[in-house]
Amino acid sequence: MNPEYTAGSLSGAFAALVRRDLLLAFRRRTELLFPVIFLLVVISLFPLGIGPSPQLLARIAPGVIWIAALLATVISLDALFRSDFEDGTLEQFVISGHPLTLIALAKIATHWLVAGLPIVLLSPLLALWMNLPLESLSVMVVTLALGTPILSLIGSIGVGLTISLKRGGQLLSLLVFPLYVPILIIATAAVMAASDGLPYVQFLGLLIAGLITSVTLAPFAAAAALKISLS
Amino acid sequence: MNTNIAVKDKPRKNALVMFIHKMGSPPWFYDFTGKLIPWFWLIFGVLTAWGLYLGLVKAPADYLQGESFRIMYIHVPSAWMSMLIYSSMAVMGFIALVWRVRMMEILAMSSAPVGAAFTLVALVTGSLWGRPTWGTYWVWDARLTSELVLLFLYLGVMGLHNAIDEPRKAARAACLLALVGAVNLPIIHYSVKWWNTLHQGSSISITGGSNIDPSMLWPLLIMAIAVKFYYVANLLTRARVRLLEQDLRKGWVRNLVRERIK
Repeated sequence: MNPEYTAGSLSGAFAALVRRDLLLAFRRRTELLFPVIFLLVVISLFPLGIGPSPQLLARIAPGVIWIAALLATVISLDALFRSDFEDGTLEQFVISGHPLTLIALAKIATHWLVAGLPIVLLSPLLALWMNLPLESLSVMVVTLALGTPILSLIGSIGVGLTISLKRGGQLLSLLVFPLYVPILIIATAAVMAASDGLPYVQFLGLLIAGLITSVTLAPFAAAAALKISLS
Repeated sequence: MNTNIAVKDKPRKNALVMFIHKMGSPPWFYDFTGKLIPWFWLIFGVLTAWGLYLGLVKAPADYLQGESFRIMYIHVPSAWMSMLIYSSMAVMGFIALVWRVRMMEILAMSSAPVGAAFTLVALVTGSLWGRPTWGTYWVWDARLTSELVLLFLYLGVMGLHNAIDEPRKAARAACLLALVGAVNLPIIHYSVKWWNTLHQGSSISITGGSNIDPSMLWPLLIMAIAVKFYYVANLLTRARVRLLEQDLRKGWVRNLVRERIK
């Protein structure tokens, strides 16, 4: 690791870990693109499957984009701790003396930057594809910006629990999708309310509440899950 | 064994504390629950026979739904149990994780299949009941939808528990998942409820308020108590089997087998 970061301070460890993971991610650029390409392919299947009627597409757009975002997140989640687990780095993190919660939070933050943020940035294009009205387009982007970090946070618990399994990916989707139900409901409700010209700020408030709750609780659960998996 | 020595050395403080300590010891647990289980099965059998007789034979037909309302005597207790068992599993999982009590790990994990079965029964009877009353087998009604998500949560806990080979690690991981699910369950429940009112103008009510005739209510209450005895009996039976499996090579199981062979 880069020697200019001292192992002592918490923020130093956090920054070092985020920097390392970002660097690793950008060294494998094609892998970085997989979730984004996946999202584009899945979204483009919907008009092919149900017909190109603009009204129909606009009606189902929030749900379709959000479900595609859930799928793309779950696909990318497996990489969250996988390589660190396999080469023993995770065990070094545990004995490094830094709280595992902080390390989990750093990994989650990087995961969102690598897998969640591209979805947010891509979403205006997806919304245009799906004929979403322009006035609700910005709401769509905001719900994704608030919601995708929650997906990474909750997902990290599932990854922590399934990391020691050879084929944890399929099980992971069973574990996390039920937990994603409230976010899907609230986020799509916000976009639909905006499309219908109804107030939607309360939904964004609920998403922010969810984000704060999961930022404060999920890293602890993820750390506990990792400790069980490493035991 | 060690536990017996510890029990003898300490002065008797509190009968309940002593009892809980004793239950943490596998031989004690196995012996005590073995004596308890037949009684629970017996009480369950008697209560179920009585409740079903009152519910299916004695209770009058509903003026609106006719005979089909009688499915309530299976559906409603199952739905109540599905939620009760999840919360009891989460509480036991919490105790197992915090105090590392092995017996609680076993009990929490033995709860999951029973709870999943009740959830499935509630879903199946709910959609069968939906056919005569709503005219369709499935409605995305708030309660049915939350039951469905609850079933997925149970399946996740069971799937994780089965996927990990080492028994204690599997139990601890699944207990943690059960706890995470328990934190999320109220949020899921209320968001689904609210989603339902958002998308459907009028929600369909099954029981229609609390003005239910005592002759229809009593069998329901009896059945609700009967299924609790079923849960405990089934849970303890499963826990005993799991305990034997895990302790296959321990001394107390060998002694047990030797006694049986004699």
